[in-house]
Amino acid sequence: MIALAEIVQKLNLEVVGSAENLDRRVVAGYASDLLSCAMNRAKKDYVWVTLQSHANVVAVASLLDLAAVIITEGNRPDDETIARAESEGVCLLLTPKTTFTVVGELTALGVRGEPEQP
Amino acid sequence: MSQVPQITRIQELIYELPIERVVTRNVITVSPDTTMSELKEILRINRISGTPVVEGGRLVGIISIEDLIKALESGDIQAPVRERMATRVITVQANESVVEAVKKFAQYKVGRLPVVNEHGDLVGILTGGDITRGLLEAIGLDYHAEEISRYRARHIFEDIVSDQTGLILRYHIKPRDFTGGGSASSKIKRALDRLGAPPLIQRRVAIAAYEAEMNLIIHTDNGGELIAEIQPEVIRIVATDNGPGIADIEQAMQPGFSTAPNWIRELGFGAGMGLANIKKCSDSMKLESQVGVGTRLEIVIRIQPVMSSGNAARPSEGQQKQETS
Repeated sequence: MIALAEIVQKLNLEVVGSAENLDRRVVAGYASDLLSCAMNRAKKDYVWVTLQSHANVVAVASLLDLAAVIITEGNRPDDETIARAESEGVCLLLTPKTTFTVVGELTALGVRGEPEQP
Repeated sequence: MSQVPQITRIQELIYELPIERVVTRNVITVSPDTTMSELKEILRINRISGTPVVEGGRLVGIISIEDLIKALESGDIQAPVRERMATRVITVQANESVVEAVKKFAQYKVGRLPVVNEHGDLVGILTGGDITRGLLEAIGLDYHAEEISRYRARHIFEDIVSDQTGLILRYHIKPRDFTGGGSASSKIKRALDRLGAPPLIQRRVAIAAYEAEMNLIIHTDNGGELIAEIQPEVIRIVATDNGPGIADIEQAMQPGFSTAPNWIRELGFGAGMGLANIKKCSDSMKLESQVGVGTRLEIVIRIQPVMSSGNAARPSEGQQKQETS
């Protein structure tokens, strides 16, 4: 399992929101821009890749206890959303790259769609 | 990689904690009229290297072993402290936060700082050790307070006896309030965590409550109410609203079916997965609706094993019976 900090460094991501848990281990990844789909498929310690950047992304990440949300295509959450992410301990990672590119890079780092079986 | 400065609990406390909470009081002092010879004895007996000089409660100077050595060298050992003390003393105010003291320790490279109140009266002496001890105590208190409230929450169902005890959490959900969206379900999840519900149950309730909450935000005319009723063995979530109502419930239940307009879909909502997600997370679900009247959604999630250790007493009860019979 890869640490969030390594993903941040290798993918050159900007950290906003809570940077408390950068040593957290990422067990798997999920990508979708539909919140209910993320709600359905993403789980605890997953990294979620989306181009959505509004406050509800934080709500979903917090409810699911995700390791982080990678927000793609240069979308930037507003200050209120960032403040909410900070208070709920949600880590938001920003990148100008597309979701497709990010998922490709995550896969190259060994992050899969399902957690590895122990 | 950009670094966001992290603020730890300790850093917060350095700003929050006033110096008066950590300062050592009842310190040994001398008066300006004490002789250097008397001072020598006071320092020797108490094994200290210096002391504040106080007159009528007010801090007027500070005298150290260094001043004493100089007095000895110049044969001035009978002089009063007044003539030998340093009068320009770096102090901190009792009501300032600990961070001010930390700054002064670093700036002036001193080992101790006299603490005074707003009238200049000596309150005590502060050392780096005092700060460390004060912070450790404060963290301990924080930790205890959190532990106690968790403990109390976990035993609420044992402490309060009735034929059927339930905790009701009620939230008013505003229509189109996308920014506040998910806050009621977050609070429900937090309550369950406090009550000691298993993580899997917390997750199922969180998903179901979130989707119900978002449905009220996205689809209703006037918002609605989200109620979570928590009982030791079951959690019931009820979402009610007064319109517009669902025309075809069977169709609404189909995964992917959505009536959400485009602007809502662009926000990532209206995937048509909400009700399907709720169904997946619940043990039973009931959806009643009438167009023009309103909708009522009831979700039941069972907790097994029972939340809290409420049934832990039963086996020992049985054992006792066996022993006595």
